[in-house]
Amino acid sequence: MSTRTAPVLDIDALLDDRGTGIIVCCGSGGVGKTTTSAALALRAAERGRKVVVLTIDPARRLAQSMGIEELDNTPRPVPLSTSTSEEGGSLDAMMLDMKRTFDEVVESQANPEKAQQILQNPFYVALSSSFAGTQEYMAMEKLGQIHRQAQKDGTYDLIVVDTPPSRSALDFLDAPERLSSFLDGRFIRLLLAPARGPARLMTAGLSVVTNALTKILGAQVLRDMQTFVAAFDTLFGGFRQRAEKTFALLQADETAFLVVATPEPDAMREAEYFVDRLTDDDMPLAGLVVNRASPRPRTDLSAEEAITAGDRLRESDPESLAAGLLRLHADRVRIVERETQIRQRFAASHPQVATAVVPAMAGDVHDLEGLREIGELLAGPAGA
Amino acid sequence: MAILAIVSTRTSPGSASPDWPQVRLHVVTGKGGTGKSTVAAALALALARSGRNVLLCEVEGRQGIARMFDVDPLPYAERRLAKGLLDETGHAGQVHALHIDPESALLEYLSIYYKLGRAGRALDKFGVIDFATTIAPGVRDVLLTGKVYEAVVRNSRNKDAITYDAVVLDAPPTGRIAQFLGVNSELAGLARVGPIKSQADKVMDLLRSPRTAVHLVTVLEEMPVQETADGIAELRAAGLPVGGVVVNQVRPRDIGPAALEQIRAGEVDGEAVAAELTRARVDCDAALVDHLLAEARDHAVRRELEEEQHEVVAALDVPTYELPRLAGGVDRGGLLDLAALMREQGLA
Ligand SMILES: Nc1ncnc2c1ncn2[C@@H]1O[C@H](COP(=O)(O)OP(=O)(O)OP(=O)(O)O)[C@@H](O)[C@H]1O
Ligand SMILES: Nc1ncnc2c1ncn2[C@@H]1O[C@H](COP(=O)(O)OP(=O)(O)OP(=O)(O)O)[C@@H](O)[C@H]1O
Ligand SMILES: [Mg+2]
Ligand SMILES: [Mg+2]
Repeated sequence: MSTRTAPVLDIDALLDDRGTGIIVCCGSGGVGKTTTSAALALRAAERGRKVVVLTIDPARRLAQSMGIEELDNTPRPVPLSTSTSEEGGSLDAMMLDMKRTFDEVVESQANPEKAQQILQNPFYVALSSSFAGTQEYMAMEKLGQIHRQAQKDGTYDLIVVDTPPSRSALDFLDAPERLSSFLDGRFIRLLLAPARGPARLMTAGLSVVTNALTKILGAQVLRDMQTFVAAFDTLFGGFRQRAEKTFALLQADETAFLVVATPEPDAMREAEYFVDRLTDDDMPLAGLVVNRASPRPRTDLSAEEAITAGDRLRESDPESLAAGLLRLHADRVRIVERETQIRQRFAASHPQVATAVVPAMAGDVHDLEGLREIGELLAGPAGA
Repeated sequence: MAILAIVSTRTSPGSASPDWPQVRLHVVTGKGGTGKSTVAAALALALARSGRNVLLCEVEGRQGIARMFDVDPLPYAERRLAKGLLDETGHAGQVHALHIDPESALLEYLSIYYKLGRAGRALDKFGVIDFATTIAPGVRDVLLTGKVYEAVVRNSRNKDAITYDAVVLDAPPTGRIAQFLGVNSELAGLARVGPIKSQADKVMDLLRSPRTAVHLVTVLEEMPVQETADGIAELRAAGLPVGGVVVNQVRPRDIGPAALEQIRAGEVDGEAVAAELTRARVDCDAALVDHLLAEARDHAVRRELEEEQHEVVAALDVPTYELPRLAGGVDRGGLLDLAALMREQGLA
């Protein structure tokens, strides 16, 4: 192997360390964040930890096998073997309902009448369901809630957090800050100003703004907007405070980030952004999981040789089985070469990042057995 | 006769797609990571036949086009991107690219329709642009679809601009596509009257017409296929025209079903394979045969799952197209290979 191989990520050491209280799996879309989160949670539980895993949009069959098809926004126990519970391990799982989490925050912060007013406003509906980053923000909000509860009553000693398929991996780190700075924003202050009496801000600038908006959107929209902002006003402070707390929690020593990527240029580029950003923000990075790596070829027959030989066979027999086998082998060699290059590039620019490589399984991962297998692969040969 | 026919196809305006002759706007969606951007780019190359101009748009702020074509990040302006796929006579049209971001689209919109040059900038200063493009319900999508609409229906009135024979949109993923394209109909609920409303109606007319097709990209795995099925149902419910399903990253099919069955069951005659390999002058021993068969077994398991999903896709009852997984990854040459397959299959 090349000298540029990354240091090995010791997953079992991470899971067994009682100092690890939170594991966050992040990475770009479709790389295996949900699978990895669930597999880590299961493995930790089977090694004696009291675990809750917070998943986001798991595949239907996976959700079924963990018993969390119901979106009720509370953790449900996943039945495990008796030997696990004898050793003190347990696993709860839940699927995040972003809108409900947001509604609950509003309900907990405002009086019932005001809460209703907010929940029904079209601007709130848009904010809570489609503002870029809301899902990320709500995942962090839920993490905060579960963490507070766990500290109070000791139900869990490890929280594993899955993250949503963001447009950009960074959405997830920026979301709390974006949302709160947005709600604190200048324009919102401006909209609130008339409602607050002294028209100090009624400058020429503002009338240009409101005139333009009325022209484009119509007076109705502007009124809806003002109602929303006024109703939301009292919550702003609350949101900012919460965002700050969550950020602090993510920076705490008990937290460990795992960046998940597939060995594809785009996913690895996102992983790089992520690693850099976590480092810049003093977030504790545990390592990189390269998921769905193509399994190594089992023989060193080269791709070129295999292709040439396959072509020869096909000349006399287009259906030749051996030719088919050779083609498969050539493809595998090429794909693995390419993936190895991509990984080495990452290792060269980030030599300090510990890495675990999980090969692509031939079948899908949709039950506890599959998760267990992924867990073993994550732990590497030492853990198998 | 023949000459006339050639002349008439070479000069006829509109789309070049045999299966989608009426379509001017090809929207490409799919689950994240299945290959939307790749397919959109290849489709643009395939549609750009001789004498035609095709616009490839992206709206997700990812600069995926620039990366795929290895050029500098795209601005909010139409750029010549690449020559289309050559035809048998060596001719090709031109692919242009446009990166649409909502802020620029809003400023452009304000300056064109409201002559709000200075006021536009004032809006920016007060954070209104930010507000409008991030939170005001749907405004972001209205702006993005509005710009796409403009590029599709553009006519000679807009003197400096190119009129395109087809526009390909690298769209948001399946989970958001119906909302994205339907935003202009929802808008009626917010803006009941006024200029926004009438513009929104026109955009919806285009998006719901046979001039638009929404293609869905999938790979043969359970979740993406499920999302495709859900997406089709959702699009239909919203009255949006479903195009084809593009099955991407299909594994090689060199080995037939009977042989796959044998491989899975471990019943392949190793000696026969060894004999074939030797005939092909491969330095062969029993270990090599075992290894190749072990590799083939992984493949056979995957293929079985792919077959299952393939049936689900077939049952969707929409035209499907298939693109192979390129072992070396997707570069410009790879995009052209995929474009050629699209032409062969009638998608373009
Ligand atoms: N190592 C693996 N081998 C084979 N299949 C895998 C592996 N890891 C994940 N998968 C499969 O890949 C698909 C996507 O995985 P998963 O849902 O975990 O990704 P994700 O990152 O959570 O996606 P999203 O960004 O959409 O939430 C699933 O069908 C899963 O079963
Ligand atoms: N036919 C193919 N053969 C090999 N690799 C492919 C193929 N199609 C796509 N890819 C690769 O898969 C990855 C994802 O493709 P692409 O970026 O087009 O997907 P996308 O759906 O646009 O993703 P996103 O949801 O992130 O925008 C890229 O690395 C791309 O090069
Ligand atoms: Mg997921
Ligand atoms: Mg894309």
